[in-house]
Amino acid sequence: MTIYLDHNATTPVRPEAAEAVAAALTATGNPSSVHGAGRRARRTVEDARDSVAALVGARSEDVIFTSGGTEANNLALANAPKGGAEGPVFASAVEHVSVLQGTDNVFRVSVDGDGLIDLAELDACLKDALNRVEGGRALVSVMLANNETGVIQPIQRIAELVAEYDAVFHCDAVQAAGKLAIDFSALGCHMMSVSAHKIGGPPGIGALIVAPGHQATAAIRGGGQERSRRGGTENVPGIAGFGRAAEAAKTDIARMRDLADLRDRMEAEITAAAPDVKIFAKNSDRLANTSSLAMPGVSSETQVMAFDLDGIAVSAGAACSSGKVAPSHVLAAMGVDEDTIKSAIRVSLGWTTTAKDIDTFTAAWKGLYARIGGGSLAA
Amino acid sequence: MTAMTAQEKNELPHTIQNRKAPIYLDYQATTPTDPRVVEKMLPFFSEQFGNPHSRSHFFGWEAEDAVEIAREQVASIIGANPKEVIFTSGATESNNLAIKGVAHFYKDKRNHIVTVVTEHKCVLDSCRHLEQEGFEVTYLPVKANGLIDLDLLRETVTDKTAIVSVMGVNNEIGVIQPLKEIGAICREKGAFFHTDCAQAVGKIPLDVEEMNIDLMSISGHKIYGPMGIGALYVRRRPRVRLVPMINGGGQERGMRSGTLPTPLCVGLGEACAIAEKEMGAENERLRRLRDRMYQSIVGRLPEVYLNGDLDQRIPGNLNISFAFVEGEGLMMGIKDLAVSSGSACTSASLEPSYVLRALGVEVEMAHTSLRIGFGRFTTEQEVDEAVECIIREVERLREMSPLWEMHNEGVDISSIEWAEH
Repeated sequence: MTIYLDHNATTPVRPEAAEAVAAALTATGNPSSVHGAGRRARRTVEDARDSVAALVGARSEDVIFTSGGTEANNLALANAPKGGAEGPVFASAVEHVSVLQGTDNVFRVSVDGDGLIDLAELDACLKDALNRVEGGRALVSVMLANNETGVIQPIQRIAELVAEYDAVFHCDAVQAAGKLAIDFSALGCHMMSVSAHKIGGPPGIGALIVAPGHQATAAIRGGGQERSRRGGTENVPGIAGFGRAAEAAKTDIARMRDLADLRDRMEAEITAAAPDVKIFAKNSDRLANTSSLAMPGVSSETQVMAFDLDGIAVSAGAACSSGKVAPSHVLAAMGVDEDTIKSAIRVSLGWTTTAKDIDTFTAAWKGLYARIGGGSLAA
Repeated sequence: MTAMTAQEKNELPHTIQNRKAPIYLDYQATTPTDPRVVEKMLPFFSEQFGNPHSRSHFFGWEAEDAVEIAREQVASIIGANPKEVIFTSGATESNNLAIKGVAHFYKDKRNHIVTVVTEHKCVLDSCRHLEQEGFEVTYLPVKANGLIDLDLLRETVTDKTAIVSVMGVNNEIGVIQPLKEIGAICREKGAFFHTDCAQAVGKIPLDVEEMNIDLMSISGHKIYGPMGIGALYVRRRPRVRLVPMINGGGQERGMRSGTLPTPLCVGLGEACAIAEKEMGAENERLRRLRDRMYQSIVGRLPEVYLNGDLDQRIPGNLNISFAFVEGEGLMMGIKDLAVSSGSACTSASLEPSYVLRALGVEVEMAHTSLRIGFGRFTTEQEVDEAVECIIREVERLREMSPLWEMHNEGVDISSIEWAEH
């Protein structure tokens, strides 16, 4: 049985969510149809909307279902306020590619060595935009927690800064949802992205949460679904699974403390065995489940292959661009040198992870280090 | 249609064993997911849950293999190369991406778009949006049978036309447009041909080469596959380029980013494979059911009118107007049937179907129309029960109708000048 430690790429679907998906798959009905079958589908959708809203402390009517986190991020960027010219978009340099490449005019705001956004630079950017673009409100997009390092950004302070300049604030909470308690109404952002398959729900479904009073217009048009903010027949089974996963994930947030203990123990044991290991953003406030670490002198590819042979699934970085193995832009933005980046892997725990899984991984890591670590960059 | 009364909420959900469960005859709205499709999908929700873009472990590879098999299955049913198929979240996204994506990419050379007044709303909405951006859009009319006039199309397409978008099969009246002829005209004029085949795949033979189709939208949940998944065929030779709508990650050859939902891709692929194999026999069976219903209704009820051509039509659709019947009353009376009416209840208002209006159907007749959709799981017994239910209800409503009485007395209703009061 393979040990899966790549939950930030995707999580196994929780049994209750899979059950909800299967039940909805075997029912028939388009939520826009007025007959009984349609109304049942509508109810499934609306019940799930309540659950997703509850997970992030939003109102149900603020939830727009999308096909996933990437579409939600793109939809947020498409709803950047347009000033005299195209409104500028400021994003932290460690954002997900769907934000950084979601539109043409994204300016990357630096992060420090701990992965935290440079608030002074953001302040200067907003000030400059205000002077440069008349009446142009900027969009600021900063993730709640990073998918590679788990670093949690100071969202409330960013929100305060954004408010000072009357800019619009989008927060990508794809990795944070279900791992941190989130209160959308208190965070002070206008839009927030979430994804089902990162919280034990099915892939192919996500949501953009839009604050009351903040107008959002559709990018995918036609049909008038989602209050005309996202056209297309609702993915009823996906939404049903998302709803059930959101309920389960909300309950499971209490369990994050245990995952943090496992993660911390793993990092401590590895550090004890290999003093030259580099654990990224170790001193930052991080998601409980994520560890990004470099085994000096051993390439990421060598590590993931070796661990795969040991029956352990980890990742060399984010699982995004099909086929491309590019060095992590996240670690590069944190000022990590290229050689170290090339020896980094990501270990991400989740709802299926046991103490035994972590013990096995820790032993495997130490074994590999003892065999080939510590030397020059391996093939 | 989002609001639901407390009473409606309470009466839900019906169980499948519930004997009062209505007969589902709304296969153009959505189809039940075929159990064989569900069976193929379920493992990918549990043990085979990997992210198909994970390159570093078995879970990812296994998911990627499944996605690529699905891509081949989708390509096969339309005679395409798998490399020309990209997965989307559904036909609405595919239509948006095809039309807006091509228009935006070629805007400097060609700024004209041709479509048809009876297209799906998402096609028309995409075109209207492009009009606001400064593109010129021609909305072709249709003939009384719902089909386009090819001569008019030939006159309309110019060397400024970037894309012609004509659906394969209409979602309300089931008529089949002459795709091969349209494709030939587009090729001759150098315009790209996009066709929304959400309702056509698995219902009529499709071949992107023979029909000169450059882009084709495909839906999962209209062909017994899952909701939340669709595909867009994008021709490689000659190459069609487009500006993506969803960026970041670079999946699907850069045309559509985002983690691919493996179980949904698998479901769409399996739905296509089943449809490809069974389409011939299924169409024959549906044609028999459809004819049985149509003959019974026209044989026993006078003053009923079929909307849309009967011959150039998929077998799984009837759209019939019942004169001298009040539309809402009819819908209320046939509650045991899950059918759709010619009044699209999109906002709170009851608007007559723009598709029927485009055929020249009067407002009143559009209001009294029913769209009856047959499909894979429709039985002869269900058809017979539905026929009895419809005939009983139409006769009952007509008995109460003074207009019907006047009609039977030989009064020409349309000649009456109604007094204000």
